[in-house]
Amino acid sequence: MLRLIKLELQKLWLNKVSRILIFVSFILPFTVLVLSSIKINFFGFFTLELGELGIFNFPIIWHITTFFASYFKFFFAIVVVSMIGNEYSNKTLKQNLIDGLSKKEFILSKFYTIVFFSLCATVLIGLATFLIGLYYSSYTETAIILREVEFLLAYFVKLVGFFSLCLFFGMLLKRSAFALGFLFVLYIVEWLAFWGAYEALGNADDAFKVKNFLPLESMYKLIDQPIQRIVMTKFPEKTEIAYDYAVHWYEIAVVLGWTALFIFLSYRLLKKRDL
Amino acid sequence: MEQPILSINNLTKKFGYLTAVKDLSFTINKGNVYGILGPNGSGKSTTLGIVLNVVNKTSGDFHWFDGDISTHDALKQVGAIIERPNFYPYMTAEQNLKLVCRIKGVDESKISEKLEIVGLLDRKDHKFRTYSLGMKQRLAIASALLNDPEILILDEPTNGLDPQGIHQIRQIIKEIAKNGTTILLASHLLDEVEKVCSHVVVLRKGEKLYSGRVDEMISSHGFFELKSDKHDELIQLLENHENFGKVKVEDDLITAFLNEPMSASDFNTFMFKKGITLSHLVKRKESLEEQFLQLTDNQ
Repeated sequence: MLRLIKLELQKLWLNKVSRILIFVSFILPFTVLVLSSIKINFFGFFTLELGELGIFNFPIIWHITTFFASYFKFFFAIVVVSMIGNEYSNKTLKQNLIDGLSKKEFILSKFYTIVFFSLCATVLIGLATFLIGLYYSSYTETAIILREVEFLLAYFVKLVGFFSLCLFFGMLLKRSAFALGFLFVLYIVEWLAFWGAYEALGNADDAFKVKNFLPLESMYKLIDQPIQRIVMTKFPEKTEIAYDYAVHWYEIAVVLGWTALFIFLSYRLLKKRDL
Repeated sequence: MEQPILSINNLTKKFGYLTAVKDLSFTINKGNVYGILGPNGSGKSTTLGIVLNVVNKTSGDFHWFDGDISTHDALKQVGAIIERPNFYPYMTAEQNLKLVCRIKGVDESKISEKLEIVGLLDRKDHKFRTYSLGMKQRLAIASALLNDPEILILDEPTNGLDPQGIHQIRQIIKEIAKNGTTILLASHLLDEVEKVCSHVVVLRKGEKLYSGRVDEMISSHGFFELKSDKHDELIQLLENHENFGKVKVEDDLITAFLNEPMSASDFNTFMFKKGITLSHLVKRKESLEEQFLQLTDNQ
């Protein structure tokens, strides 16, 4: 396993473009997080301190940081599709196999790398969130800090699932640009499926339940948008805006199911293909 | 006892309606230099692709060595170059070879040794994309040699190279063959195969026409090329001699094909006794090219 990760890391690290993208995907969410946590003085006109909004309080901070950090996954998604696309266009995939890498090992080396990066991203965001929370939060009891820490798990699963989807599209289309384009196509297809379900079932709630099982939506649903929750904390009397924002085990199970399927399909595809 | 390195049994590969390899069987034994001959599109690269784990077979089977290890593990003891050199363009030669070492599980100390063999040691820190085709091909050979392979497989190694490049690659191949490494060389360039190979497999349209030693490819005892002042007398004599079959005459050059083995000196003595002096006497065997064309035309 270590050998396979090392192999892939060498391929990524020596490539200037992917090295920059990896940096960006780690540094950018981190910077945004730190910047948003400091008090910004707009030339003396007014000061903006997001901390005062209470969004850096435990436990809601876990929810907020993981939600916004997950948007930066697109940078690493480019790395994932190009690490497949490059192997095809340089024909190094063929050479790797001839040199004695098995097709299974090839897919695994990509998958392990995805897991490795997702883990690093999770640990980093977790650490940053913890420190910022300690600094700003009005409550610092251990029990409160540890509440809703499952958002970190959801974040990790979300990353692994999304990158596995990218890996599969990369294997399917062999070209990085097409694979990224296909992500957008899938996004539209999911909305079409929603529309179809709406026509068939006759109400939006049931149609959303169907959409929740589709790959992109199931990943998005892992961490629900926290804006509404912030509003909720400000206006606790407005019960009509209450919603279910928690991370549920079945949401995680659905995404893990997709992940397993994408990796398996990538392997099948490679196995069947003549290079 | 000959040690088999690669055994292929009834291997077939179909691409849709096209049968690229048809019921092919042969065995590669240790220590020989094999050539796979065939015109373009005869299934050479497909066959190599199958045994190298990049093309899926349709039916039949093959196994490496004794057949008790998986193909990808066996490939760690094989060195192979297919068609064009494939490396990561953004890595240097040394970094590319390091990656291969990691895949094959070989110690990295081999890298400079192998780069030395192909004459690229002073360019090891240059990026692969800056290399000329000849250098890329030499790097591919260095990479294939990293694990001191039991067998070296080369598919059209001189394709697209300039004369110097071709010469360098051939020199390297000969050098490697001398050290006793088994080599399997696929090519449509016959003189290339003739110069280095002891055994050949001849393919046409995916079917095997011949496999065995190069010199036994056609049961032939060779032929004499003769010239003499007593032209007509000589022809008559040859036609009546039981050792000779066909006699071909082109201007004053007479080509007489042997039915029975006969040495040039025996023939010369015989001529002398008959009172014919020869101004030109050469004993030859068919070149591989002639044999190959004869074989592929016959069927």
